[in-house]
Order: sequence, then structure tokens, then C-alpha cells
Amino acid sequence: MHDKSFVPFTKEMKKDYTILVPNMLPMHFRLMVSVFKTYGYKMELLDDTGADVAEVGLEYTHNDTCYPAILVVGQFIKALRSGKYNPDKTALIMSQTGGGCRASNYISLIRKALKKAGFGHVPVISFSITGLEDHPGFRMSLKKLHGLMYAVLYGDLMMHLVGRVRPYEIEPGSATQLAEKWTRRLGRELGAEGKICYKHVKENYKAIVEEFAAIPMQTRNTVQVGVVGEIFVKYSPLANNNLEDFLVSEGAEVTVPGLLDFCLYCVYNSLVEYRVYKRKKLAYPFVKWAYKKICQRREDLSRAVTENSMLSGFMNFEKVPVLTEGIISTAVKMGEGWLLTAEMLELCEEGCTNIVCTQPFGCLPNHICGKGMMKPIKARYPHVNIVAIDYDAGASRVNQENRIKLMLANARKEKAERTAKKTAPETMCPVVY
Amino acid sequence: MAEKSYSLGIDIGSTTAKLVLIDGDKPLYKKYMRHFSRVRQTTLTMLREMENEHPGCMVRVAISGSAGMGAAEAAGLAFVQEVYATGEAVRRMEPDTGVVIELGGEDAKVIFYEGGADARMNGTCAGGTGAFIDQMAALLDMTVDEMDARSLKATRIYPIASRCGVFAKTDIQPLVNQGAKKEDIAASIFQAVVNQTVAGLMQGREIRGKVMFLGGPLYYCHGLKKRFCETLGLEGRTAVFPEYGLYAVAIGAAMCTAEEKAIPLSKVIEKIEKSAETESAGFDRLDPLFASEAEYEAFCARHAKASVPHTDFSSYSGKAYLGLDCGSTTTKLVLIAEDKSILYTYYGPSKGNPIRLVREQLLKIRTLCGDRIQICGSAVTGYGEDLIRHAFHVDTGIVETLAHHAAAKHFQPDVDFILDIGGQDIKCFRLRNGAIDGIMLNEACSSGCGSFIETFANSLGFTAAEFARKGLLASSPVNLGSRCTVFMNSSVKQAQKDGAGVSDISAGLSVSVVKNAIYKVIRANSPKELGKHIVVQGGTFHNDAVLRAFEKEIGADVIRPEIAGLMGAYGAALYAGRHEKSTLLSREELEGFAHTSTSSVCKGCANHCHLTINRFSDGKTFISGNHCQKGKGKTDREDLPNVFADKRELLEELTPAEGRRGKIGIPMALSMFELAPLWHGLFTSLGFSVHFSSFSTRRTYEKGQFTIPSDTVCYPAKLMHGHVLELIEKGIRTVFYPGLTYNVDEKAGDNHYNCPVVAYYSELLHGNMEALGNIQFLYPYLSLDSSSALCETLYPTLHNLDASITKGEVRRAVKCGFAAYDSYRKKVKESGEAALDFARKNNKRILILAGRPYHIDPEICHGIDSLCGELGFVVVSEDSVCHLAPKQKVGVLDQWTFHARLYRAARYAAEHDDTSLVQLVSFGCGVDAITTDEVGAILENAGKYYTQIKIDEITNLGAVRIRLRSLIGALEECENAR
Repeated sequence: MHDKSFVPFTKEMKKDYTILVPNMLPMHFRLMVSVFKTYGYKMELLDDTGADVAEVGLEYTHNDTCYPAILVVGQFIKALRSGKYNPDKTALIMSQTGGGCRASNYISLIRKALKKAGFGHVPVISFSITGLEDHPGFRMSLKKLHGLMYAVLYGDLMMHLVGRVRPYEIEPGSATQLAEKWTRRLGRELGAEGKICYKHVKENYKAIVEEFAAIPMQTRNTVQVGVVGEIFVKYSPLANNNLEDFLVSEGAEVTVPGLLDFCLYCVYNSLVEYRVYKRKKLAYPFVKWAYKKICQRREDLSRAVTENSMLSGFMNFEKVPVLTEGIISTAVKMGEGWLLTAEMLELCEEGCTNIVCTQPFGCLPNHICGKGMMKPIKARYPHVNIVAIDYDAGASRVNQENRIKLMLANARKEKAERTAKKTAPETMCPVVY
Repeated sequence: MAEKSYSLGIDIGSTTAKLVLIDGDKPLYKKYMRHFSRVRQTTLTMLREMENEHPGCMVRVAISGSAGMGAAEAAGLAFVQEVYATGEAVRRMEPDTGVVIELGGEDAKVIFYEGGADARMNGTCAGGTGAFIDQMAALLDMTVDEMDARSLKATRIYPIASRCGVFAKTDIQPLVNQGAKKEDIAASIFQAVVNQTVAGLMQGREIRGKVMFLGGPLYYCHGLKKRFCETLGLEGRTAVFPEYGLYAVAIGAAMCTAEEKAIPLSKVIEKIEKSAETESAGFDRLDPLFASEAEYEAFCARHAKASVPHTDFSSYSGKAYLGLDCGSTTTKLVLIAEDKSILYTYYGPSKGNPIRLVREQLLKIRTLCGDRIQICGSAVTGYGEDLIRHAFHVDTGIVETLAHHAAAKHFQPDVDFILDIGGQDIKCFRLRNGAIDGIMLNEACSSGCGSFIETFANSLGFTAAEFARKGLLASSPVNLGSRCTVFMNSSVKQAQKDGAGVSDISAGLSVSVVKNAIYKVIRANSPKELGKHIVVQGGTFHNDAVLRAFEKEIGADVIRPEIAGLMGAYGAALYAGRHEKSTLLSREELEGFAHTSTSSVCKGCANHCHLTINRFSDGKTFISGNHCQKGKGKTDREDLPNVFADKRELLEELTPAEGRRGKIGIPMALSMFELAPLWHGLFTSLGFSVHFSSFSTRRTYEKGQFTIPSDTVCYPAKLMHGHVLELIEKGIRTVFYPGLTYNVDEKAGDNHYNCPVVAYYSELLHGNMEALGNIQFLYPYLSLDSSSALCETLYPTLHNLDASITKGEVRRAVKCGFAAYDSYRKKVKESGEAALDFARKNNKRILILAGRPYHIDPEICHGIDSLCGELGFVVVSEDSVCHLAPKQKVGVLDQWTFHARLYRAARYAAEHDDTSLVQLVSFGCGVDAITTDEVGAILENAGKYYTQIKIDEITNLGAVRIRLRSLIGALEECENAR
């Protein structure tokens, strides 16, 4: 299936190549890079957020391609041109899920763009659990995956805690600084030890939660807002015009579902493949076991939050697919698929009925799972307040912010009415000290 | 609080500012002004005026509106989101309102109040409505008031695409050129606004209770009100057009000030004044177009050299040739002498009536010619080509692209790249060895660039020329991005918010137009790709700012002929030089010339095309608006094989049999165009009577449009809603549309997925079509991998439907289904092969019209297949020839069944000299953003032309015709060269 231009990442390359990683989630990805460091990879995160990233991307990709692809291409080509890296000793890495969404073509689009820009010899590693492409110098193993899982768990924990604490901190920036401190520390741990002791991980959870809970906070009248959507646009501040910062500055407490949820969604889809199509029969028992196991790990994480602080944890993931019953089938597995709908339902279920649904302009799966599911969600939760925001290189920020402001105005009004009627459920009150 | 205080609401929209002072609920003062992008100055002027009437009063103030956010922030005043403000105003003043429809300068909003406020605003794709109406009025050369008045006298409505201004313009222009009545066009424009609001914003929610209409356009335009009331079926009681319609947002903002501190009005003025001084430069800025006056002068001097010789008309005698270019917004005429020097030129706006204009000009020319000069040949090009040719007996019609090529080649023999930016289209051609090698026309979504600047200039109170001049010496042009003009509107809004001045916006727009052309249309990676000898032309390049921006962007000097705006006409005149005697109307005939146009509906087929019949004084008629030749009364045309038509016939043969187990309805949309035979065979074998919905018409779309949740999904998907409703209206109680993550596996790609929309549209239907709640909607997830897999996945659903169905029956039924499907595929392939044979035996050109199976739907392809037939092509589909080429290795993941067929069809075209390929792409198809590059690469690597046609709700075939004729022209040149 590879054409002639396919450049594999060889074992030789592993020795002295620098692998550039597009930065989707700052904390998670730094931890993941640390994990790879233990296996001898030299990786570097790209955090170029210059306005010209999209412009460079547009130069080398079809204009109607998804915005995330345009941004990633822009970041890569800018980095290769910057002179900071030797293009003969540099590789790139990008995740590939191989579903029916055009996102599985990001790798091909990156390669085409590199070729156009004169970097055709730079290897692009496809990062996928199932090994869609063969790169002898970069193969996934259970051990590596195990390490990565903890990177994701830590990342999710800190993202969750920052979201809870940041709107109420007395000293601005203290939550972010604490997360920074822990990211460095955990990075050293994940990076140096190789072996991971779960008991120690749990101790870390506890320490992290306690330190976050100890940040001095004050009462503030906030509204709860959840952010869901296409994975890259949902997480990457570059792609979503610093959505989270904007929401916090407008007085919102922001919940962004964790990265592990997406991983679990991918695992769950393997189970569905068997249940619906009777495919992947041999792997089924193992995948089922792994799914349970990871769900349990996530549950431990949630418990670490609720047991060691007054802060809220998150719903047991095994309950999440169940929420979609009667609304969307879990056989919908392209892009974010049923997970996108389920995340909105999960937020509603947890009392967070104000939602920003983000997607790149023209995102195909989101026609169905995002915009297409708003009506049935509203039928189940009449108070839900969802705004769909499209992101792309040409979308104007003022339009996006204006729409979000409307959602926030409705949220505040709704909250004031509920408070007046004293019907506000517990979860609607932010935890304050 | 001791002192009496009032509430002040300021609403700064995209084009206007409104201000209201209220005492409790009682309005004291109000004012409405266009701000012409001078947001802060206008606000200050208004406040000072108010201060004169209410000196020294204490106010609690809040600002609202799309351009108000920045102003409020900078001045440190409270901001209220405008929809929220509207809500407050309505809640207090008209509490029993169910729905508010508010149209602003560039925003459209619908707010539902029942069951918690649900507000919908136009997304990033839909253009503004007020600005749209302004643009359309300018196109018709009327003021908005005139257009409004005329619209009330309309007798019929033409279908006009309702997505955004650019699309609509493409529909309106031909109507204008074909001589449709302005009354009707005006009303149709308002109807398009209504359709856009209904389709894009109401999205399936039914209207209950009073409907209140707010905002400028709905306050001023009675025609628009009428269209809304008729479309929504509202009567006087339920439609409210309040007196304060313009001020609702400002009033609402004022009502939201309860928690603000009262401050003296003078203090408010002071705060805004201060913020005006410290205007932030938050918007990206670009380098100035010219660093100095001297640089500008050098630039002018350089371009002045590119002139054409003129010959004095009054003293010349001998032969002459006439070229006409009846473009979308302007009409051009050029008369040349035998030595190709110019005798006479005309360049002027078409003003919606090209016939009158051309007659005047021809009369003038004929008079000036007298007996000294003989016009020996004439040629016409452009949108109005057919009409003008018939009206004035012009010798030849020539497709625009070829006319421009002729002109540029004459001008600069070494030319290897021509870029033409006209009123609303961008054309560019690459030339190799003197022949056209590649043609690129702008997609419908990025057109309108030239006239966009003009309309924009007018809306700011300038002429296009004044506006351009302002941009030339702008110190820091704003970066407005490189997307379609509708997006630019929003970017300009943001620039205004940031306080950018008119000159910087003008320069920024010029840069954007240029970037659009280079990166969106030409899609060049580097300027070197364009060529060494670039000629730019078209009216838009008369604008020095655009020309300069282009040179700066590509980093090289280009040639702009002095007659940049006349190149089409000049090229036509050169072309006319082939003639020796002209049939052009004589002076006497022109004097006696009269023209009337009437409209009627074609009864030739179910399409019911709206025809415009032009009658000329010589008794001849010219009919336009028809999708096929039937409307013209021609039936004797040669019938060439057309696989699209064959496939439609095969699908129409799938009629319901008697069914002991009842009826099953299947919507004929999306994947059904491939799999209908399978399901028909399967369910018929089980004893069901299988009913398909009919092929789509415009009505199908309209029927279902209320239930479409995503306005940017592709048109084939949108049609699905109407199909489902059609089945339900027919009384069918069981509807089947399965979920198909995977398509049939033809073993011709890396995987065999469906695209997400085809795969999962059933989920969306289930969630959004309330009508499905009353019937049985079957949408199981099925596997087509093998008979047993299908049996396995389908059986539970069928057993649930009718407990008497056994597994054995299903197994047999699945076999029947697959047999029917295989037989259908075989017939399609045979039809393809037969067409190829016919073409080769009869020496005809072959065209692979490549897309998806559902592109054969008449409403989706808009009759492009028969148009190709008319132009002399034998039409085959991608799925009828793909089996003749091997599996392709492409640079992307080849993981969709339908798309793998595209690649193989492209390979077939690449390998056969007599075969061309045109790819049909539905607007909004994300997957085709990937496939088009690959299909293009396969063809271009083999030295073939790649033509892509984007299709949407658009019903006009004019642009398609140009592309196809250009393709034919290029093929002919190629053949001649050989």
C-alpha cells in the first residue's frame, strides 16, 4: 500500500534523529515524550503558535482540507525551514487511527506537503496502536503503551484539576504553575524509571490532588462550561483560538473531557466491530480485558480526586457508552463518532448543561455526531445550552467569540433563574472555599 | 440614589449604530446612523447630539452589537451580547412572542422562546443578509428602496441559491442577462433571503406563537416581509413588525443596565473618546503596497508602456472587425481595423439590460462607420453570448477562455500564464507550446471578488476608483485572510472592530483578492509555478492596488495591458477576423430593432424549467432557462449514449411487486443509488412490496429543508430528508435506510469504507425527523462483506419486524439481493463498454463524468450529463469504466470504495487519447478535498486536462458550459497541433 515516496523510520535513524511532535495537548504530550525518552527517542514538541502557521499550511495543502491538517503541516514545514533542525536528521510523527474519516489521511497529506516543500526525504512516522505502517525504528509494544497510558492518566488528572481550580484561584496562575511543576517532576519519573509501580502512581495522584486542593481560592460566580468536539480543535489552543483561556476570562469553569476517553473510545470500537460485524474475533477477549482494565485505572484516578479533595471527579467510563442509547448507535465510529455525542450527554448528566461543540469547518463526522445530535439531546435535557463553533483558517475570531458570549449570557441567565427558584442541583455550584 | 438616572443602550452593528435612551420602559431618545466603518467617531457624534438634548443627565450604559464588543472593551463599558439583548427587549415588550427573526447588516438570527431560549445565528458559511440585499440591489442597479417597491409587483419567483450572496449572484446574473423581469428578480432575491433563514437557522423547529421580525432589512423592506409571511404561512395577527424594530437590540441593552453604576453622560463620551485615541492595533498588518510616492510613480510609468496602437476612427476606411464581451457585470465592445489596431472601445456596466446597451453601441458604431468602414466579422463572448448572438445576428459565439487567450497571445507572444479577474469570476490559463494547457476557474464559493470590492466600496460611501486610490498609499494594510468573500465580510467587521481605517481596509481587500486568486483558485505553491511571462487582465486589474498587491505577492513584475478590461472583447474581435462577410444587423435593422421578454414554464418533463422567451422584432425568438433541449422545441438532436441516463433507467425499473408482508419504503438518496437493486431484490424475495422515493427535484429539497440540522452538509445528504418525507406522505409505515460503515468490498483499495455522511446519515435522520417517530424506521448496522455476514447482521431486525421471517428465508433473500446487485453492476459495466464502442466507431469524444453513484440524480447533477451530450460527448460514469483499469497506487490512503473507483476511472482516461474526465464534486464534500488532488495528479502526469465541477443547490449551468466548452476548445487546439 505504500507508494515509492514512503520513507520508513529505520533503526539506524533512531540513534541520532530528532522526532518532531505537533503539540495538541501541552501537558499530556510532554509526559508522553518523556516516556519515549526512556526508550532512547529524541523527541521535541512543536509549540509554534505564530499566526503564519495556518498560512504556511495553506500553501502546501488543499484549502478544503480539515483545519487540523493545515495547522500540523504548517507547524512541521515551518520547523524544518527554521534552521533549528537538520532536515537530514529529523523525523516527524503524527497519529493515525485508520477510520473512515478523512483524518486517517493526515499522514499522506503531510507527506505530500513535505514533498512539495522539498523535504520529501524526511520520514513521517505513523503513530498508531494497530501499526498501520511499518517503521522498523519505531514499533509500539505493550510496555510502551503501558507507559503512555500513565502519561495520559497524569495529563487528564492535571487538566481536570486545573479546570476545577483555575477560575477560583486568588493568585492568578497558581494552578497552571502547579501543573507545570508536576509535569516536570512526572516527566522525570516517567522518563528515568522505565518501570512503573502502580502504588507509586497512586501516591502521586494523592499528592497532586492535595496540592491542587490546597491552592488558596475565593468564591466567584461562575458558570460551568464543557468543551467537546473534534479532538485536535477541542484541545489545541492554536486551533481553537485559546478557547479555554477565553472561557475562563469570561467567568466560566471549564470542563474538557480527558484524552484517555478518546483512547477508550478507540478500544471500545474494537469491541463493537466484533459485536456488530463479527470482525476481530480472536482479539476480542483480550481487548475486552484491556478495556475493563483501563476503565478501572480511570476510575481509580477519579476516586483519587473525590477521596482527597472536595473537587468533583468524573463518571465511570463504562457508563458513558450506555448514555447514547436511543440517541446514537455506538457503531458510529468515524472521527470522534459516538463519543462526541456521549461526551455531551455525560456533561448534561453531570449537571454541566452549557457546552461548546468545536469542529473544523466542514468536518464530516460532526455533521452527524455533533450538529446532528443536538435536537435529540435537547429533547432529553431541555435546559441544555449548546453552541457549535466552526474553526478554520478563514473564520473570524470575533464571530466565534460573539457566539460563545451568547451561550454564556444564556448560561448566566439560566443559572440566575435556577438559583432564584433554589432548584440548582448540587453540581451546578462550583466548589469554592 | 439621589439623582434621577436613565438607561442608555448603544447597539453597534456591522453597518449601522443605534442608540436609545430610556427611562424605565419609556423611550426618551433614539437615533440610527450608518457608521461606514468609522465606529467610534459615529458613536461619539451620536452621543454628542444626544447630549445637546439631554445635557448633564446620569446614565447607566451598556453597549451591544457585533462591532460593539471591541468598542465596549476599549472604553471600559459594559457589553451585552446582542441576541441576549434582543431577548430582554422582547421579553418585556412582547412577552407572548414565540419566535424572533432578526436580520442585521451581516447577521441573521432566529430565536425560539418556547421551552427555554434557543438562539441560532448564521454560521461562518452563511453570508450576511443586509449586505446581501445591498449587493443584489447594486447588481440590479437600483437602490434597496426601488428594489423593494418593484418586488411587490412580482408575478413569479425564480429559484435562486440561498446559501450565500456569491451563489445567489451566479443565479441572478443569467436571469438579468436573459432579460427576466426585474420585479420578479427582486422578489426572488427576497425569497432567497427567506429560504436561507428558514433552511439555515430554523433547522426543523416548527414555528409556534407570534413571530416578531426585527432589524433593518425587515423594517425597511416590505417585499421581504411579504415573502416571509407567505413562506411561513403567517397572517397579520401572528406576524409582528414592531415600530422599534430597528432599536430592539439597543433597547434590550439599555434594559440590561440595572446593575451598572450611573455615570454622567459626559463621562461616557470621555471614555469613548479616550479609547479612540488609544486604538489598539490588534489586527494583523501587512507592509504598505508602496513604500513611497516615487515607487508608485515608477510603477505607473512601467505599466504605461503596455499599450495598444490606436487608429483614428473618423479617418480610417476599410475593413473592420467587431468583438463583444457581454460579461457578468459589464459589457465591452472593441472594433479593430484590419491591422488589429483599435478603432473604438466601450466599457460599461451591463445595468441588468445588456440588449438595450448593445443596441445603442452598435447603432453608434454603425453610424460612425458610415460607408467608409465595412464590418466584415463579429464575435461575441461572455455570459450573455447566446442572447446577444441571437438578438443581433453576431457571426460567432466564442467561449470566454479562448477569447482571452487570443487577446493575450496577440499581445505577448511568449505568454505562458494568463490571469483574468473579472466582476465575479477568476479565470486563469496556463499555456504550453502556444496551446492552453490548464484552465482554472474559480469555484462558486470564491467568486465575486472583483465586484466585491466595488460593492464594498459603495457600502462605505466611495466609488471603486476612489476606494482603490485610498488603498494605494495605506501605511499598514489589514490582513484579511484568503478565503471567500463572505468570510472577508466578517474579517472586515473584525478590522473595523479593531479600529482599522478605510485606506488600510481597501489595501487589505486588494491583497485578499489577490491571495484568493493565487492560493485558492490557482493553488500555486510558489510564484515560479505561474510562469515567466504573466499577463494579467480583467476589469479588476484596472485597480492599481490589486495589480500592485499581485506583483508583491508573486515577487515579480507582470504585464497589464492598457486594455486590461477589454481583453475578452479584443480577443473576440481578433477571432472575428476569420470572417469575410458579417451577418451583423445593419443600421436600419438596428433602428427598427425591438425586444420583449416573457416567461413561461416548460412542460417538457417533470423538471418544469422556468423559461424566459425573448422575442425580437425580426420574429425570431430565443429561449433560455431550459435545462435541456426540449424547452427549445428541438427534438431532432443526435442522441449520444449517456450512461447516466442508462443507470437512471435501470434504477427506475425497480418497481414494487405485490407484497404479502406489506410495504417497505426506501429513500432513493446517497448509498441507495448504488445498493437499491440489492435491497429491492432482498425485500422482494421476502415478500415485501418495495417502494422507492422518486428521483429528486427542487421540491424534494424544499420539502425536507426544515429538518436539516447542519447547513454545511453536502446537497445529496440534504435531499435525503425530502425523500423520507415523500415516502411517509405516500402512506408508507416502514422505512429502511441502513447504517453502513463499510461499503461493498471491490478489493480495489486499502479498505472499503463509506464516507461518514453516507455511513451514518440514518442516525441524523432518526434524531432530527420527528415524522419518523410515528412510523417504523429501520436502520440496522449491516455488513456487506458476504452473504452470510449480511444475513447475520440483518436477521435480528427482520425477525423483529415480522416474527414469521425465518433465517432460511433471509439467507435466500440475501442471495437474491446480491444476485440482483451483481446483475445491476454488470449492466452498468456493459452500458459503459457499449458507450465506449459507439464513441470509437462513430469518432466521438468520450467524457467520464466521475463522481459518486448518487451524482446521477437529476437534481444533484442538474442535467450536466445531458449538457455534455449536447456538446458532443459520449458520457460514461466512473463506475461503468473503472473495471477497465487496474487498482491504483495513490499518494493517499485509498480507503473508500467509491473513491477507489474514481482513481481507476482516472487511470482509464489517462491511458486513452479519446477520453477526457470531468470530476463532479459536491460542495462541502470533505473527502473530495483529498480525492481531487489525486485524480488531478493521475491525469496531469499523463498530460491530460483535469476539470473539476463543483455542484450544489445551484441551478445555473452557464459556468459549467464555459468550462466544458473551454475543455473542448483546448482539446481541439491539441488535435490541431497534432
